[in-house]
Amino acid sequence: MPSTVIIPTPLRRFTDGVETVPVEGGTIKDVFNYLEEKFPGIRTRLCEENGDLRRFINVYVDGEDIRFLDRLDTAIGEKSEISIVPAIAGG
Amino acid sequence: MSYVKGLKCRICGTPYQVDPLAICEECFGPLEVDYDYDAIKVKLTKEEIASRPGTMWRYKELLPLDGEPTVGLHSGGTPLVKADRLARAIGVRELYIKNDAVSHPTLSFKDRVVAVALSKAREFGFDAVGCASTGNLANSVAANASAAGIPAYILIPDNLERSKVLGTRIFGANVVPVRGNYDDVNRLCSEIAGRYRIAFVNVNLRPFYGEGSKTFGYEIAEQLGWQLPDAVVVPMAGGSLITKIHKAFKDLEKIGFVEPAEPRFFGAQATGCNPIAAAVKAGTRDITPVKPDTIAKSLAIGNPADGYFATGVITETGGWSEDVSDPEIVEAIHVLAETEGIFTETAGGVTLAVTRKLISQGRLNTNSRVVLAITGNGLKTQDALSLVDLQPIEPHLSAFEKLIAGEAKKLAA
Repeated sequence: MPSTVIIPTPLRRFTDGVETVPVEGGTIKDVFNYLEEKFPGIRTRLCEENGDLRRFINVYVDGEDIRFLDRLDTAIGEKSEISIVPAIAGG
Repeated sequence: MSYVKGLKCRICGTPYQVDPLAICEECFGPLEVDYDYDAIKVKLTKEEIASRPGTMWRYKELLPLDGEPTVGLHSGGTPLVKADRLARAIGVRELYIKNDAVSHPTLSFKDRVVAVALSKAREFGFDAVGCASTGNLANSVAANASAAGIPAYILIPDNLERSKVLGTRIFGANVVPVRGNYDDVNRLCSEIAGRYRIAFVNVNLRPFYGEGSKTFGYEIAEQLGWQLPDAVVVPMAGGSLITKIHKAFKDLEKIGFVEPAEPRFFGAQATGCNPIAAAVKAGTRDITPVKPDTIAKSLAIGNPADGYFATGVITETGGWSEDVSDPEIVEAIHVLAETEGIFTETAGGVTLAVTRKLISQGRLNTNSRVVLAITGNGLKTQDALSLVDLQPIEPHLSAFEKLIAGEAKKLAA
């Protein structure tokens, strides 16, 4: 099984309701490019115009926030789970 | 009758209908409840509020329910204690403790948010509720869900204080410890909420949930005789409470209940988890997440989603944010207990210790009226404290007299 991206609820209207998308390796940037190819329009929801990740989106590779890794250049493994999660606080 | 116009994105302003939705589909910004303040201003009077029971629901027009509340009917209405002995100890002219350590039913301010969230969950027709929690929220969701007869799924980090875990399990909730920290738990809850019809109070019901915190601010103003304080010091985890107290004060200005004023907002964090304080000190609104390591577990959110808004409130009002070490937190818990007879949890220690630090830095004007937000109870975080064992005495008067030798004259009958 390749790596998979878990699509958060607000983005599923771009993926026809699909919750998980298999992706090949590379970096998070590559993953976003792949998603955009497959589901046009999805990238502008994830990234600002300058390419930075939007403020209220957190991306995790195997449970680790990419801001603790190499941000958008974070490499994904062969069987990674990539989560795109809206920032939510609580306590 | 409801005065809610709908939901609105806090970033891009996109409007939404009232639904169990927390995130803007356009920009991922958080949604918030939008009220018809003009209508509230016409209808609601201070006299009307004064005639109602002393709970948070006396401000129901400013809360996002369609009908009457059905959960948490007795929450809110906690004391605003004029803390003269503490004021002298730390050198402040006029000091108050807003004491949610005695909140009903689970001894933290989370009872306010849960009362709103679970009442709203019922209006939406959910059959199950849940939360991601650092402990206090878990206690409150579990208690209120049991009283309402709704099944609850409560996900917590696996390193929580024993008393907070017990204080959740006792209510018969489904408690799920998750290997990891709060941020891991939170992420998992978002993913579960995306797949199952569970009302996660701080995930899919977050816009409604957060509104409950405003009652903490309404009460402060009403208890000060419909005046705003000069400064408030508020503990910060996700950063929501400080923004909601700010919103509460603004609400009261909008409906003409208080004179416009400019209270300064000060945010308190533990040094072991200080992403918001660090951003304020660095002069930025960009939050860099951290891996929490502090005894103040109820504040241990390394990736605070409301951090962006909290830094905004702090800097726009001329406040500041500081953080304090674990020993400073423990010392402050003792100081509050010994001066005011209020036993607060570690988060309250953070609030008082930061207040002292702000005073020593000259950032908090001591010749002013200051309110400290004490949001939780010390009985829940006893693990953080260690007192030396007491030595028993023999049951003889002479043994007691030996013990109080130095004080004997003063105590003599």
